[in-house]
Formats: sequence, structure tokens, C-alpha cells
Amino acid sequence: MKDLAKYTAAEKFVLVALRILIGWHILYEGFAKLLIPNWSAASFLKESKWILEGFSSWIIANQSVLNIVDFLNTWGLILIGLGLILGLFTRIASISGAALLLVYYLNNPPFIGLEYTLPSEGSYLVVSKTLIESMALIVLAVFPSGYFAGIDMLLAGRKNK
Amino acid sequence: MATTDNSENKMENSQGGIKRRTLLKALVGVPVLGVFAYELIKKYSYDQEKKARLVKELGLDNLPLPTIVKSSKGSKNDLIRIGIIGYGSRAVSHANGLGFMHPNDVEARTKNNNMADWLAQEDLNVAITGICDVFDLHAENGLATARNTVRAGGAAPSTLPVKRYRTYQEMLDDKDIDAVMIATPDHHHAPISIAAAQAGKHIYCEKAPAHSEEQIIPLYETVRNSKVTYQLGHQITQSVIFQQAREIIKKDILGKITLVETTTNRNTADGAWIRHLDKNGNPKPGDETTIDWNQWLGHTPKVPFSVDRYYNWTKFFAYDIGLIGQLFTHEFDAVNQLLNIGIPKSVMSSGGIYYWKDNREMADTLQCAFEYPNHDLTLLYSAMLANSRSRGRVFMGHDASMELGNAINITVDGSSTKYKKQIEAGLIDPSGPMVSFNPNSGKVDAVTSATEKYYAARGLTTTTINGIQVDVTYLHIKEWIDCIRSGKTPSANIEMAFQEAVTCIMAHKSYVEKRRVEWDPEKRRIV
Repeated sequence: MKDLAKYTAAEKFVLVALRILIGWHILYEGFAKLLIPNWSAASFLKESKWILEGFSSWIIANQSVLNIVDFLNTWGLILIGLGLILGLFTRIASISGAALLLVYYLNNPPFIGLEYTLPSEGSYLVVSKTLIESMALIVLAVFPSGYFAGIDMLLAGRKNK
Repeated sequence: MATTDNSENKMENSQGGIKRRTLLKALVGVPVLGVFAYELIKKYSYDQEKKARLVKELGLDNLPLPTIVKSSKGSKNDLIRIGIIGYGSRAVSHANGLGFMHPNDVEARTKNNNMADWLAQEDLNVAITGICDVFDLHAENGLATARNTVRAGGAAPSTLPVKRYRTYQEMLDDKDIDAVMIATPDHHHAPISIAAAQAGKHIYCEKAPAHSEEQIIPLYETVRNSKVTYQLGHQITQSVIFQQAREIIKKDILGKITLVETTTNRNTADGAWIRHLDKNGNPKPGDETTIDWNQWLGHTPKVPFSVDRYYNWTKFFAYDIGLIGQLFTHEFDAVNQLLNIGIPKSVMSSGGIYYWKDNREMADTLQCAFEYPNHDLTLLYSAMLANSRSRGRVFMGHDASMELGNAINITVDGSSTKYKKQIEAGLIDPSGPMVSFNPNSGKVDAVTSATEKYYAARGLTTTTINGIQVDVTYLHIKEWIDCIRSGKTPSANIEMAFQEAVTCIMAHKSYVEKRRVEWDPEKRRIV
């Protein structure tokens, strides 16, 4: 890991800005699910294709499992979003966020031959915005932006004392 | 990680000013969160206000919430002893609705982890004490089901003996049977129902109630002059969304309705009533030694035993009136329960056997137009057995259309008079469904987001109610049982059955005789 002092102001700024923007997006995705009455991942999972298709149908078939998935999904998104915006447990938040987005991606990857009923808002071939956002979070996990600006700074400071 | 924070932390310990700067940096996310919270609240209230205004503009703001399972009134102490006549696949659903299940089904459903909903079904305090079927195998299934100790609703296993009757007459003569459920092939429905009413047994009969004028008139008179509770087997109107649809019609949301379109859209051999083969392509069980063929034929012409006729009876007019008897009956009941239109003035049917070119008599493509000049309305039925494009069931009014399936979707018409102002003001968008009722959320809701619109338009919504899948057949049977106890009249009563049978017989007559058929309301005859 590079010494923190060696990052230029611009490098720090763009990394923190990227973190906050992704955090905002994920936080709102979480709240949107919370605010839609009886929101459920079922309709998304119904569309699942490729390697997670079987797993997704199993989730839908079991109401109790579906309820757990819905709960974890909504609150997972909210916690990850908060973590990214506040710079709190930044690395854990980034890695969990990247993993969650990867699961979304793997449920409906834009591969040739896989057709979805829900139209996407753009044109994708293999790579989608979800995959890119997941990768961006891996970038954030590698660069410790929580220590340039974020509550992690304070936690690290306390640990040192 | 902790080792990486070096220079700044060291500096901050020496100088208070820099420490404050560090604190500011550490809390950089807090003002962002503040802005986020502000935007979130703004967005939320915008959405709520838009939905509320829309629902209010349409006059849907005070729709009563659906009542899902009303607990039964009256004495539940009097056990009702039920005999099932005809124990095929439909009777399995009846038995499940009564709270009984075959041990094999219990095992399979337990394995698939979907027993909970059935087990949660309320106990109706009934016992299946008689099974009558001409096929030994089916009768055995019925007996095993009635004797199973696993019961829905925490009911105790029945202690009464279960008897197999060789003929329905034998069952109707038995004073230890209080009520019968008829799920035989359709040609037996009317004769058995008439005999049951004469014997004083309550009747739950699968559609269609009767196949000819010669059957429906005596059936109607006999049931009306008896004290029995008659319920025709139409479960779909028990769905909670029908309660909402009724309110929507009552509140005149759609404007003047002049066309109702109903459809059947199937594209499988099973859906076209080719059912005599098992999964491996071998003929299903049954021969003259295990099936009482003469009794199965009943009053119909004597023909040699055939597995094809036994399993695929729907194909032949001696036993059924095809799509009209099997599927339009449900459509008619759905529309009649909502609009109370009754018997049409005239019917024109046309169609043919265009795809399933086997030995069938029933059409596989059929269109029927029912005219109701007294209601200013046409009811259309279009059935198709070689394409499954979902065409739905649509009530078309001058101001809006209502699609009624597993969910309700209301789309305002672009040229509506009633909603002209709202359309001009941009509040109502006639390009997609504006209001949907999803039984999952238990309330009528305005559709605002594009995704919601997309899903709603395709009915891709789940239909569980409070997490419990309520079986509509169970609700329909429950209504019948409750009415037997309370003396009230069930929803699919003999009046409704009469209107339905006459309408269906008219449509069938029109198809067979290739002419327009009319109803003479004074003489109460088809002309």
C-alpha cells in the first residue's frame, strides 16, 4: 500500500468523490426498496438467467427464504451506502457492495442468447453498468479512501493511541 | 490499515487547528447524508402526493380493503357429511378444499416445502364419508384421501367410516350423506344434480350445470322447489381482486361499458383435452374390467369402451359442449358476477377445427358474440387452442378499460370525457396502466414508475396474500358450506347457474346449427 502522504490532492479528491457517488446510488436503491410497499426481489429473481437461475427459483419458491433475501438486500444496500458515504468501514462496505452488485450482474448478464422481458435502459454486450459499478467498488477497496476523508480516519487514530 | 495513517495523525496531535481539519475531513460524509435525506424526503412526498391525487381523481380513495377469509358464522358443531361423485383430478381439489389430502400428495408437498398454506386452511368441520366413481383406481384414491389422518386447519382425523358407492343413486339413497360434490364428466351434471335435489342433498356441482334446454329447465325447477343449497363450481370470482373489481364497476370508474372481451389462450395437447397418455406416451390406466363403462355412458348413446373417450370426453358433444362448457362458463360467471347481465338477447358463434385435427367434434378455434341491447353491451368470447398469446379479460368503457386477471389494471382512455382535464393537466397518462390492484399489497395503488408499469401491464405480480396463498377453490367450497349452515344463498346459486347454462346452450346451438340464436324471455325458451 502506498503511503497516504504520497497521494496528490487530486487523487484523493476523485477517489472520495467516486466513493460518495456510488454510496449515494446504493443508499437510494436500498431506501427505494424500503419505501415501496411490499417490495420484493421476486420479480427480479423471476427474470434470472444463467448460472444463478436455479438458485433464484429456489428463493422464490420458498416464501421464508424470499423474505430473508428481501430483508438482507434492502438493509445490506442501506448499510453499504451509509458506509461508503461516511467512509466508515470503507473497505468492508466496498467489498460487500462489489459482491452484491456482482450477484445482480450474474443474475442477468447481458450475454448473447439470454433474453429478458424487462428492457434495459441502455445497450449492453457482456459488460453492463452493474459490472462497471462493481469494479469501481473493487478499485475503492484497493485505495483506502476512508483514510483520506471518512470516519475510518478517526477509528484508525483511536486504534493507534 | 492502522499503520498507514501516519503523517496527518502525527501532525494533528501537535496542532489543534489541523486536528479540527482532520475531523472535518473525517465527517465529510455527514453533510452529504444531510443532502441525501432532504432529497429522499422530497422524492417520497412527491411520489405519495402524485399517487394520492391520482387515486383521488379516479374516485378510488375510499375503496374498502378486501376481506380475505371471513370466519364462518353459525353453528359449526353440526358436522356435514359429504359424498363425492366422480373422483378425478377436479375432485382432488375439492377434497383439498374440504381439508383432506391423499397421503402421496402430502408426501410430495412436504418434500417440496409447500404444505404450510394448505395446513393453515381453516377447518370446515366436514367429513368425506362417501366416494362414488365408476373407475376403481379413482375410487381408491378418494377413499385413501378421505381416510388420511393428516388434516388441514388442525382438524382431528375423521372417525366416520368412508363408504364406496357403486352408483350415485345408491349414495343419494343413503341418509348418512348430507351433501354431494359432483365432479363427473359434464353429461352427468344435470341428471345427478336433479336426483340429488330430489333426495334433499346439498349440491356443489362443477360447471357446466347442464347441456341442453331439456336438462336446465327441470334442474332449475327442482332445485328452486327444494330446500337444498346449490353452488356451481366457479372458483375464480372468489379471488380477492373480484371484490375490488366490483367496487371499481360500482364507482363507475370506467364510464359506460359497451364491450367486454373474454378469451381462452392455450397451446398444448393437454390444454386441447388430449389427456389419455401419460408422460412417457403410454395410455393411462383403465379398461372395461376396472371401469363401469355403461354407467359412465349414462344416458348418452351406447358406444364401445375407449380410453380416448374416457379421458378425452371433452372432445365429444355427447359429453360436453366443448370450449363453451369448459372455459367460457368461467368467463361468463366472472362477467355476470360483476355486471349482472344475465341471459343475452342473441348469440352468434363461429369457428372450426383448424389445428387439432383428430376425431374431435369440439371447435379448437371459436368466437362467440353475445348481444345485450337492454344493457347496451356486447360480450365477446374468443378462444384459441393453438396459440397461447395472453389476450386477457377486458372491460371497455368510454373513460377507461379494466383488465382483470391475477391483478387489476386500469388504463384511462386517451379520448375519455370524464378524465379530459386530468389528461390535459398531465396528471393521467393514458399510455399505460394508471391504477393497479395487486393482491400482494392488499390495496389499490397508482402506478407511477416505468418498471411498475411494465410489470403491471404484464400481470407479473405475485398473488400471495399476507404471505399465504389462499386457494380460491377452498373459498368457494367454504362459502357453500357456510350457506348450508346459515341458510343463505351462495354466489354461484341456481339463478346464476340457469343464466349461465342458457347462455352457453345458446352459444353451442349457434355453433352447431350455424345460425343466430335468440332467447325469448316471455316463453323462457331458446328460439
